[in-house]
Amino acid sequence: MIQQNNIILEARNLTMRFGGVTALDSLNLHVNEGEVLGLLGPNGSGKTTFFNVITGLYHATSGGVSFRGVDITDASAQEVYRAAITRTFQRSRLSLPLTVFDNIAIGDNRRLNTGLIFNLLRRKQFKQEYERVVEQVNQLLMTFNPKLANKIFEPVASLPMIDRRRIEICRALISEPDLLLLDEPSAGMTHDETAEVMNDILQVRSKIKPFTIILIEHEMGLIQRMTERCIVLNYGKKIAEGTYDEIVNNPEVQIAYLGQE
Amino acid sequence: MKLLISTFILGVLYSIFLLGSENQLEVGALVILAFFVSLLGKKIGLMEKLASEVRQHPHFPAYASIAGVFILALVFHNSHFALLMLTTVLIYSTVCLGLNIQFGYVGIVNFAGAAFFGIGSYTAAVLATHTAVPHLMILLAAAGVSALIGSILIYPVLRTRGHYAALVTIAFGILFRNFLEVNDTLGGPQGMKIPPLNLFGWNLSDGIEIGGFEISFYIPYLLVALVLLILSFRLTRNLERSWLGLSMDMVRTDEIAASTFGVNIAHWKIVAFTLGNFIAGMAGALYGMMTSYVAPNNFTFADSLILVSIVILGGIGNPWGIIPAAAIVVILPEKLQFIQEYRFLLYAIVVILILLFRPDGLLPRRIREYFPGKKAGDHK
Repeated sequence: MIQQNNIILEARNLTMRFGGVTALDSLNLHVNEGEVLGLLGPNGSGKTTFFNVITGLYHATSGGVSFRGVDITDASAQEVYRAAITRTFQRSRLSLPLTVFDNIAIGDNRRLNTGLIFNLLRRKQFKQEYERVVEQVNQLLMTFNPKLANKIFEPVASLPMIDRRRIEICRALISEPDLLLLDEPSAGMTHDETAEVMNDILQVRSKIKPFTIILIEHEMGLIQRMTERCIVLNYGKKIAEGTYDEIVNNPEVQIAYLGQE
Repeated sequence: MKLLISTFILGVLYSIFLLGSENQLEVGALVILAFFVSLLGKKIGLMEKLASEVRQHPHFPAYASIAGVFILALVFHNSHFALLMLTTVLIYSTVCLGLNIQFGYVGIVNFAGAAFFGIGSYTAAVLATHTAVPHLMILLAAAGVSALIGSILIYPVLRTRGHYAALVTIAFGILFRNFLEVNDTLGGPQGMKIPPLNLFGWNLSDGIEIGGFEISFYIPYLLVALVLLILSFRLTRNLERSWLGLSMDMVRTDEIAASTFGVNIAHWKIVAFTLGNFIAGMAGALYGMMTSYVAPNNFTFADSLILVSIVILGGIGNPWGIIPAAAIVVILPEKLQFIQEYRFLLYAIVVILILLFRPDGLLPRRIREYFPGKKAGDHK
């Protein structure tokens, strides 16, 4: 039963304070199943804090978040991950000495058998699982960007920025999440590179499953092209909501970005 | 293959000369020789050639090393001192494999290595003196006790990171030694005697004669130490080449990213810390039985530093680096008597030089291959 407005994530009066700073101020918003939601706002408006609260890295001061009707306000990062929410980071957080394969494989942690006996003593069974994961990572890389598949066993440190961003996105995709949080995928990349990566994401989305995306982005072209609906934050509050055209013409948004005359 | 075999033969010959020489000048000459050979080797890219040969024959180093130990045991079958040193190298390597799981994979620097080693020795002393537990079981029990006492430290180690976790272990190491010195039941500063290892009713410290050959009582210890080393090595290897190693590497390199992808940071730190202390305790029990005597002075903070410096010298995270590093750190000061008093000065200098010029150690850790040597490039 796919309803058009099936809510996947909902924040109610979500507040996050760091000492005297209120990063999120009674934020209310919802995300619909299967949509691409743009999250906008000037620097320091609380976008990344919102991601960190959802993914269990921060614990909200008050208010709550629910995912598919289940309260995840106080869930740990591990629990949020197991609920099928994954993310990327604004500043790349890959493990540079490890290979492309290692970095992506850990993204599928919830399906890896990390039992001690299995890993240390049952090498034959482990090999089967390992080969399955190699195949899976390879498939994803082929779908995502075939050129990267050649570099699967190279250390990430040897790759350029654009490939690192791709790997980070693959790491978030390998477990086939229901909700993907993209934190400024264009950061540190050129306009063309960003467009390339976005096309890769849309391609995977059409091939694997139509997962929901929340996209934090400053580049307006990207927001226009990718999102169906946008929410604008300022000082941790929602100041506007609507389609791209609606929010760019919203006077309050213009003031937030450009200042008042 | 030719290159590997000739390296092996040269390595064994070198070890025989080094262990057998009783003249400091000879030893000095051998050290200088090794230094120049390594310089020359670097010039002509010997390491790369060896590495690529090893990739083709991934099992060669393990079998060659075991064969090497047997050859040395044969050559020095009645020379107590050489065998004592060789066995000590194997035991130190085993402890450092344990520390390497903590330091190299999950990123906890344990500056109480000697304390956990000592817990193993003392457990062996108490159990062997007061109970009739079979001695092989004592090795296991000592390992268990070491891991158990280590669990006291788990809470503070989990609550701290990096340098602060290291400080916790330093505090524990000092506390442990102090406790031993004031505790009379464990012999106080004088320590305790340990009965020699007794395998299946065979007292290992009796001299042995086989076919007219007199064999040093250290030989059986050497063999037991070799078995322990092989087991710990296999364990470390399998750990690194599995999801365990991957998870631990993630914990070390980026805790936030790791937890975002469901890696349970606390779980892996506990597993690595406990496993490392387990191995250290096991090695400590054997060492205690071999030297037949334990005292607080054998397990000082300085000894812990030596263990950590072996891991750094060898190449953090690479089990193969540990064995040559342990050999250097154990054998050289014994052989070069004039260094003996300046031992710690020498270690300090070596550690500084290594960190300056070869921060990844003698044999840097290579990128993980889960099943090396099989169908390389198959997945390209």
